[in-house]
Amino acid sequence: MDLFEYQGKQLFARHGLAVPSGEIADTPEQAKAAAEAIGGTVVVKAQVQVGGRGKAGGIKLAGTPDEAYAEAQNILGMDIKGHTVKRVWIEAASDIKKEYYASVTFDRSAKKPLVMLSAMGGMDIEAVAEEHPEALARLHVDPLIGFQQHDARWLIYHAGIDVPAQKGVLDALMKAYEAFIDLEATLIEINPLIWTADDRVVALDAKVSIDNNSLYRHPDLAELQESVTDDPQERMAHERGVTYVKLDGDVGIMGNGAGIVMSSLDVVALAGGTPANFLDAGGGSNAEAVATALEVLLSDPKVKSLMINIFGGITRCDEVAEGLLTALDTLGATLPIVVRLDGTAAEEGRAIIADRAPANVVVEPTMLSAAKRAVELAKEAA
Amino acid sequence: MSILVDENTKLVVQGVTGREGQFHTLRNKAYGTNVVAGVTPGKAGQDVDGIPVFNTVRDAVEATGANTSMIFVPPRFATDAIYESLDAGIDLTIAITEGIPAHDMMRVYTHLKRGDQRLLGPNCPGAISPGKATVGIMPTDVFTPGRVGIISRSGTLTYQISKEIGDMGIGQSTVVGIGGDPIVGSSFIDVLAMFDADPDTDLVVMVGEIGGDEEEKAGAFIAENMSTPVVGYIAGFQAPPGKQMGHAGAIITGSSGTAQGKKDALEALGVKVGTNPTEVAEIVADRLK
Repeated sequence: MDLFEYQGKQLFARHGLAVPSGEIADTPEQAKAAAEAIGGTVVVKAQVQVGGRGKAGGIKLAGTPDEAYAEAQNILGMDIKGHTVKRVWIEAASDIKKEYYASVTFDRSAKKPLVMLSAMGGMDIEAVAEEHPEALARLHVDPLIGFQQHDARWLIYHAGIDVPAQKGVLDALMKAYEAFIDLEATLIEINPLIWTADDRVVALDAKVSIDNNSLYRHPDLAELQESVTDDPQERMAHERGVTYVKLDGDVGIMGNGAGIVMSSLDVVALAGGTPANFLDAGGGSNAEAVATALEVLLSDPKVKSLMINIFGGITRCDEVAEGLLTALDTLGATLPIVVRLDGTAAEEGRAIIADRAPANVVVEPTMLSAAKRAVELAKEAA
Repeated sequence: MSILVDENTKLVVQGVTGREGQFHTLRNKAYGTNVVAGVTPGKAGQDVDGIPVFNTVRDAVEATGANTSMIFVPPRFATDAIYESLDAGIDLTIAITEGIPAHDMMRVYTHLKRGDQRLLGPNCPGAISPGKATVGIMPTDVFTPGRVGIISRSGTLTYQISKEIGDMGIGQSTVVGIGGDPIVGSSFIDVLAMFDADPDTDLVVMVGEIGGDEEEKAGAFIAENMSTPVVGYIAGFQAPPGKQMGHAGAIITGSSGTAQGKKDALEALGVKVGTNPTEVAEIVADRLK
């Protein structure tokens, strides 16, 4: 779960990490009121979960509350790389002496937390890592020992942090690691972490991602999840607990198991088609799961044909076939549906469909032939 | 021979009295796996179809000599269950549970690697040595005894590929699901090394997917260390960046972890990668000629 900057900053503040004072605003009026309350020059920042906000015009300085109103009016509703700005964060402008970079990430390759620090902040850190690898100090942490002060010092000396800022950066790193652990984050990124004119060290941005699997231990964080998707199918799938990812093609796909569904998307593409989605109806795809999944798929007007790819394991293909018939009865779908059943009770399942399914449902013997057929049918319907 | 599970397996099931736990325990037993014990706190003295239930794994080990554990407990208790199994001295722990928090797994993994016990999973379907033993949730009908080893991050794809090579008359020595989470106890490399040392495995199929860099690392290991040939498959060429494709570990982060990147890396190291499960089966059949 990715958080917005303002949510990250509020969590930072709770963990004792210095952030500029700020307020969230959904309207220009609220932005103006926030600017009045904060006082002085403020920054109006678009709240979107995508990089490059500044370049896109989503971050503006405002010298007065009226300017904050005007900037908020411009930014709210703006489209930044496909993300619509719904909220702006208004915060006190900072007097920056220097910009650093700090992060704590879940390094799945090393299976440990990775703390990174650089004196070259405020820019794309992947570019820094590529062009000036020596400027990015990296240190893996033993998760059973935790991040110690000497670890932070090592990073500070190797990143070349300016002497007057060292103490503040050390404190920020310790707090960032604490937040990483407490929040069960997979990412805490502060870019830039600034050294101010009055020698403070402040987090000027906040990128925080939380491990979805840990949310049961963090009900307060689970509540922070705003619906970031405007997509009706993704929202519907989310509400019904279906594992679904929207793509932009016209062949709807469903299967049982993440691997076989990923593979189905690939074979549809190899057959010259474009997958409309990823949908995993789950290992135990019973009749109800099939019906729910179908409902999500059929609600997408772009979908011209469906490929249903089931490998029966513990789940029996005849049960899936029955579920499919029941679902089609209720939903009354007329678009072409290509079904491929293999594994446990596959023959019984195929027989059920051949005997009783409506004419728009066809059975194909293999994954490849099913993909090919679904692609052809989508093209015919287009 | 075979790897990980066989006729010497003495299985204890943690979470044996739960609905799923009981269902799969009995299936494993019916296949011929030597299921010696179950564990559910507070239920010592009961039995599940004749399998004695103990309060703790240590009690079960002392009473039965169990050497392998299968974990079926819900995610919020599963981390504790893994530590309990390791503490009781179990050689191989197989965690079926999906949804264990990543921070827990960082700690479990660090602890695990300080010893020489093995953990398969979490979020895995288990392992089967056809004709000998199965531990986990795999549909046993799909597999036949033979000389091809299979390692996969995905359950259903493993079944698919096993069935396709089975239809060509090729069986499996052992089929291993390592799990779909970002951190799992055994990597491709760990299992590849076991297959390479197994005289009864002539070829290994490695089924990878998007996310992480374990396939790339495995490619380097295969090129440098393995004499047994390996055929690869990678799922997720159509996956968009930043979206989790079902498995917690199946996500492209920035530009890393793509299917194309993995395929290119493997092929540069001499590991042939099939474009779909059927082609993988054909390559396997061709290599074994």
